[in-house]
Amino acid sequence: MAKFMYLFRSNPETYRSTSPEQMQQIVKKWMEWKAGLEKNGHVNQLGERLDVTGKVVRGKSKTVTDGPYVEVKDSVQGYMLLEAKDLDLALELAKGCPVLERDGTVEVRPFISM
Amino acid sequence: MLTDNVRELVDHLFRIEAGKMVPYLTRILGLGRLDLAEDVVQDTLCRAMETWPVHGVPENPSAWLMRVARNRAIDLIRRDAQFRYFSPELTHLLKLRENVLPGTPAFQNEIRDDQLRMMFSCCHPELSMEAQVTLILKTLCGFSVAEIAHALLASEEAIEKRLGRAKEFFREAGAFVEFTDAEQIPGRLNALYQAIYLLFNEGYHGSQSEQTVRDELCFEAIHLALLLSEHPHGNRPATFALLALMCFHASRLDGRMDEDGALVQLELQDRSKWDRDLIARGFQFLEKSSMGYELTEFHLQAGIASLHCAAPSYKETDWAKIVEFYGELYRISPSPIVALNRAVALGNSLGPKAGLAELRNIPDGGQLWEYPFFPAAQGEFLRLLGRLEEAREYFEKAEALARSRTESEFFARKIESCPPGFAQLNLPG
Repeated sequence: MAKFMYLFRSNPETYRSTSPEQMQQIVKKWMEWKAGLEKNGHVNQLGERLDVTGKVVRGKSKTVTDGPYVEVKDSVQGYMLLEAKDLDLALELAKGCPVLERDGTVEVRPFISM
Repeated sequence: MLTDNVRELVDHLFRIEAGKMVPYLTRILGLGRLDLAEDVVQDTLCRAMETWPVHGVPENPSAWLMRVARNRAIDLIRRDAQFRYFSPELTHLLKLRENVLPGTPAFQNEIRDDQLRMMFSCCHPELSMEAQVTLILKTLCGFSVAEIAHALLASEEAIEKRLGRAKEFFREAGAFVEFTDAEQIPGRLNALYQAIYLLFNEGYHGSQSEQTVRDELCFEAIHLALLLSEHPHGNRPATFALLALMCFHASRLDGRMDEDGALVQLELQDRSKWDRDLIARGFQFLEKSSMGYELTEFHLQAGIASLHCAAPSYKETDWAKIVEFYGELYRISPSPIVALNRAVALGNSLGPKAGLAELRNIPDGGQLWEYPFFPAAQGEFLRLLGRLEEAREYFEKAEALARSRTESEFFARKIESCPPGFAQLNLPG
């Protein structure tokens, strides 16, 4: 079993116009996706969600800047640690993630094995 | 195991809670800051959307949402210099409410009051009827602009504009439009009834959007009227009459469409498809509506609808009583449509000849010539009299006036039922 990290990115701006009913549907889809992963023993750690606020310390000058960091539309929303036999499977499982439906991305990164 | 959080979400929970949180925050922040209240609610729901899938649905989701919303509002007020300057009491007000715990009956009562206040605020006489209904859907029903546009068959820009103008009015009028005085209630009650009934009718007759959307509007209207009826100020015969009317109509929502979504006329509806529970509730409300001396349009319309719901078939309907109710309704509020309905009922009671004569006797018939069901009603009586050629002409007129595809398909079927070449069919009776 290899260990992977899912990094969820999306544009927080898209949620401004999302209706309460749609948000509830999103919650439902996340829970279903997560429950599927858990059932098959893929979840190592559910991870946390990040607030959209925060700041960045940059370079030798140690300047502190406000977010957005790269671009708002790619801001990291949260992460999850999971186990899968290889990258292919980890990618396949990521395809069910609801963040994709809202034009977000799931970055799948293997941990360096020792 | 991690899966201790499989608690199911109640259907429409987010929408329902949005319809509680916006009135709640607006009460404290003021009607002029409706935008801010909506932003706070949107952020709160976003937070729930982000965290619930990971941490699980909280044990009391409504209380969770309310707490987060209140805290966000307090944060905003503290951070904003303008707020601190102009409304130093707001934080205090929000804090005060912390003592009343969500989930308790006292809190439930407060929310109900807030929602009712919001309803009355939305029905400000300066706002157009469309604006009132749009505001109600946005602030009390948790609909988004896109959803309102879809439900009311308007463009998103038009809805946006309507809301923008209303909010500007609230902002500029400031404390003068705040609804705080119980003495204003009788004056606004009627506007609120009209808004609720319009909302219902948008759902019932708005024949172009999908059925699920339309049904939702109908049930939102019933929900609002129910809320109103539970409040001491709204607990009146007219409110119950309106509720009865909407329940009777809503009971037929399924029966009046066939599998292809085509309109089925009352005569041909499968009455076993009517919702018996809603009919029973309708009768309960009708009974409550008769306690008192008020006799409103809603009473009469509910009375008519009740007779349809109680009838085992179209033929066995108490048409004589319906004619009487329509007559009464015409006396209270004379309108050509009421006269048309009365004439149709009269024809069903006394025969097509009498019905046709009555239709052609309607005063101010000119206004009715734009209304497709006027020629259609004449066509129907002519058809029953066997005068198919003439009937066909009237159905063709109706089709030309149809306002939606559902309607024109309905009239097209009527035209087909009167094949050309049969000048006169001699029917028995």
